[in-house]
Amino acid sequence: MQLRPETRGGALWVIVEEPRIDAAVAIQFKDRMREIAAGGPDRVVLDLSQVGFLDSSGLGAVVAVLKLMGEGRRLELAGLTPTVEKVFRLTRMDSVFTIHESPEAALGEAGA
Amino acid sequence: MTARPLCPLAGAGQGGPGAAPALVLDFAARPFEVRRSLATVARHLTEAGLGPETRGRVEIVLAEALNNIVEHAYRGQPAGRVTLALRREGGLARVRLCDHGAPMPDGAPPARAPARGTLPEGGFGWTLIRALSARAAYRRMTGGNCLDLEIALG
Repeated sequence: MQLRPETRGGALWVIVEEPRIDAAVAIQFKDRMREIAAGGPDRVVLDLSQVGFLDSSGLGAVVAVLKLMGEGRRLELAGLTPTVEKVFRLTRMDSVFTIHESPEAALGEAGA
Repeated sequence: MTARPLCPLAGAGQGGPGAAPALVLDFAARPFEVRRSLATVARHLTEAGLGPETRGRVEIVLAEALNNIVEHAYRGQPAGRVTLALRREGGLARVRLCDHGAPMPDGAPPARAPARGTLPEGGFGWTLIRALSARAAYRRMTGGNCLDLEIALG
């Protein structure tokens, strides 16, 4: 599970360098995110622009990451590819996250 | 160990005589095997000239149905196998998934996504299958399950 954490504009960015977040890797994703986000900035942006496919297990893992970050911290999503965007929309989880069209758009709001 | 396919692949509801499935896959009910099979289906659809939007739709439906087989029908049975048969008919992909696992609870797919607080981490599978397929028909057979899915192409 390739996740690349970076700090940008006071936020923690996590670039998912994987083509898929599916049932085969959902638990790994959640565990790695838990390690990466622990004790970091309140604002976390997940860059999904390299992820072409996410199934309901992957979706559940992203929701789980949001929940384990706890009160007062934000998990935002950026760069959803069409199939990934569809999964968030059809399950109405698009209303739970702040979703940026692109990583650049999310960066524009750094520190907001 | 090889298990015979549970459902006759050219059987009822799968087209007339001579309408052999374009793609038949038999694989272990494990997450990485599911992933590999989905890649084969995607390649097949690409070769048939279908675009990424359609491929994505088919892939989500099949991923959810197959994940359910791995996680529920074959819970605690790592040696379980799945048969996938796909054919294109008119503007539809018709897919039959067969397994030898446990039946669905209550003998049918869950009616609605279970309400589990404001932020559920699961229960999305059938929401996605219903939203993206034209038809989903489940049958319990002797010793196994059969799920027929129809997904619009294009």
